[in-house]
Amino acid sequence: MEVIVFLVPLALLLGLFGLLGFLWSLKNGQYDDLEGAAWRAISDDDETQAPRRVELRSESRP
Amino acid sequence: MQATRDFSHYVKHLGSGVAHIDLAVEGISCAGCVSKIERGLSAIPDVTLARVNLTDRRVALEWKEGALDPARFIDCLVELGYKAYPFEAVTAEAAEAENSRFLLRCLGVAAFATMNVMMLSIPVWSGNVSDMLPEQRDFFHWISALIALPAAAYAGQPFFRSAFNALRSGNVNMDVPISIGVILALATSIVETIGHAEHAYFDAAIMLLTFLLIGRYLEQNMQRRTRAVAGNLAALKAETATKFVGPDEISVVPAAAVKAGDIVLLRPGERSAIDGTVIDGRSEIDQSLITGETSHAAVKPGSAVYAGSLNISGSLRMRVSAASEGTLLADIQRLLDHAVQVRSRYVQLADRASRLYAPVVHATAFLTMIGWLIAGASVHDAIITAIAVLIITCPCALGLAIPTVQTVASGAMFRAGVLLNSGDAIERVAEIDRIIFDKTGTLTLPELDVVNSAAVPADVFELAGRLALASHHPVASALARAAGAKSPLPGITEQPGQGVRGVLKGEEVRLGSPTFCKADDLANELLSRDPEVSVVAFARGEKRYVFAVCQSLRPDARAVIAALQKRGVAVEIVSGDREPAVRAAAEMLQIPEWRAGVTPADKIARIGELKRQGFKVMMVGDGLNDAPSLAAAHVSMSPISAAHLSQATADLVFLGNRLAPVIAAVDHSRKALRLMRQNLYLAVGYNCLAVPIAILGFVTPLIAAAAMSGSSILVMLNALRARPLPQENL
Repeated sequence: MEVIVFLVPLALLLGLFGLLGFLWSLKNGQYDDLEGAAWRAISDDDETQAPRRVELRSESRP
Repeated sequence: MQATRDFSHYVKHLGSGVAHIDLAVEGISCAGCVSKIERGLSAIPDVTLARVNLTDRRVALEWKEGALDPARFIDCLVELGYKAYPFEAVTAEAAEAENSRFLLRCLGVAAFATMNVMMLSIPVWSGNVSDMLPEQRDFFHWISALIALPAAAYAGQPFFRSAFNALRSGNVNMDVPISIGVILALATSIVETIGHAEHAYFDAAIMLLTFLLIGRYLEQNMQRRTRAVAGNLAALKAETATKFVGPDEISVVPAAAVKAGDIVLLRPGERSAIDGTVIDGRSEIDQSLITGETSHAAVKPGSAVYAGSLNISGSLRMRVSAASEGTLLADIQRLLDHAVQVRSRYVQLADRASRLYAPVVHATAFLTMIGWLIAGASVHDAIITAIAVLIITCPCALGLAIPTVQTVASGAMFRAGVLLNSGDAIERVAEIDRIIFDKTGTLTLPELDVVNSAAVPADVFELAGRLALASHHPVASALARAAGAKSPLPGITEQPGQGVRGVLKGEEVRLGSPTFCKADDLANELLSRDPEVSVVAFARGEKRYVFAVCQSLRPDARAVIAALQKRGVAVEIVSGDREPAVRAAAEMLQIPEWRAGVTPADKIARIGELKRQGFKVMMVGDGLNDAPSLAAAHVSMSPISAAHLSQATADLVFLGNRLAPVIAAVDHSRKALRLMRQNLYLAVGYNCLAVPIAILGFVTPLIAAAAMSGSSILVMLNALRARPLPQENL
């Protein structure tokens, strides 16, 4: 049963990777347009890159 | 003077020589549109990014700074067949988007923690009845603690903050029992783990947070979505002003970029986007959006013109005034502020439930502890049992009961053309028993329409429509729109204040005032039948025709009023317009109660009077003069064509030319309220089953987890029933 001493942390580590992946995809704006993503999956066109998130601050204007 | 379009107000500079703009686009509906737009825009040289967001119906564009004029993107989209306008997110929307992302992050963390804690809990539950060593169990509990504590501290923030704020202002909301339950469950579990006990409740606490976050996220997402649509519609209204940038050089700029003191040009047929004072020119303006009055007012240098006024006949030069200078506006603003203050803060169903619920639960837990102590149990066992009661009653299903129904019902209302401005509007709409309608722009269509088109031969109508395209006069535009005219006739000249004329196949054609077309007899005959219409005459050779133009009633208004009355909702008209016009509309719609020539203050007084009689009043109105009464009513609704201030004040906004969304809002809300109540009963019923088990001290973490997920799923499934509603033909 000593095997659980490293199997359990290993499982947690894998879970943590999943969480980090989720947080990364969230930060990357992949959940901003769920409807469009559903359609893009079946379109044949080349993918265009996702937009950078633009912070809405007034000082960014000239 | 040819105006240039200046969109620099909307362009954001991202640094490293890249500019960014967001456009709201009308008519994106499918994947085909997405690739068509993206391909079309990407084909413009120097565009580095063109990405459509189908959920929000917007396009994000980036290009090399200085290489392109943003107006070119709009032209390109017009060529592709879409109407677009630069979009600037209001701060509220940006904050909501950020909040929604935060909730999703919390949900991700909580879901990750739940899965991993459950992975550890299930061996413990099964191990407790077989051969698990106490050391192994402790090891699993400690790892659970390691995952659950930081996860709960992060993912619980929305609840802890809201509970803290409520407590600080001396209130109790649903988040108070949730926060107490979660914190106590975690604290007990740590104490129990240190004491090498059999049971720890890390799984229950974190699972509770996960379920509740699902509800919270759904609720937030629904609000964000309706706000995005409303924001797009506001952008597509294209609030622009023609500003003088030189002595006779003009530029079309967004209304937001105009400052007090600027000089702007208002041409015939244009709606003013700003408040100002006329400095040059004479004209008539239509102020129906502001006062509800349908007859036109004459303006001359020195007159005030408010945003929302439609210029009818002559060009005006105006100096922009600061927003609150106008007496009428200042008056309305004062009434509005007062109404918002007076409006007794409505207590949401969820909060009312939790006000009852929290004391009962906490008292039950306390009595359980006392009971066990009297029965001779140890202090430790009594406390553990009391905490088990708190955990099992933690309002997991209760927290989901209302947001899930709200989400499903608002989705259904969205499809019926109703947008929700506030989340608790559904509950309040469900309670109404009286509706006050404004007339102009609410019961009637916001645009002018030709009402006697059947009396005129089709070919004449079409020809008159093409001729009307040459004029900017609003009545002529209404004629052109009604005739569906697309191609203007060549060689038409406009005679200011009279009409347009030209020559077609050797015959003279004229369109304009009855005198201009020598059709006074026909016009008088028409006016004697209905004095409320505007008459436009058409002459071709010796033949004369007249068109009656007025704001006609919404096509389904009568059916909707009848349907409302059938549902036991009393209807009345309270309008700022003159008596004959209001009486005619009331008779046509068979509404016995109506008031005409009512000032904004009197509208509020009428609502107050009905309130005192015990009525729950819904106000439906669009004018600036309706804004205070919209705020004063129990719940309020505006058409999307309404004045800015009214739309922002209203709880619901409806789209389209039909009045049917009012019925849809009432029906969906009543059904949703029924389901919310059912859900609360379901959640309470589950507690009635689970609490005795907890009081008796039989609750294991396994039972807590099973009961929690079982009741949550039941409540969610029940909420889905808010979706379908039998269609009624109106």
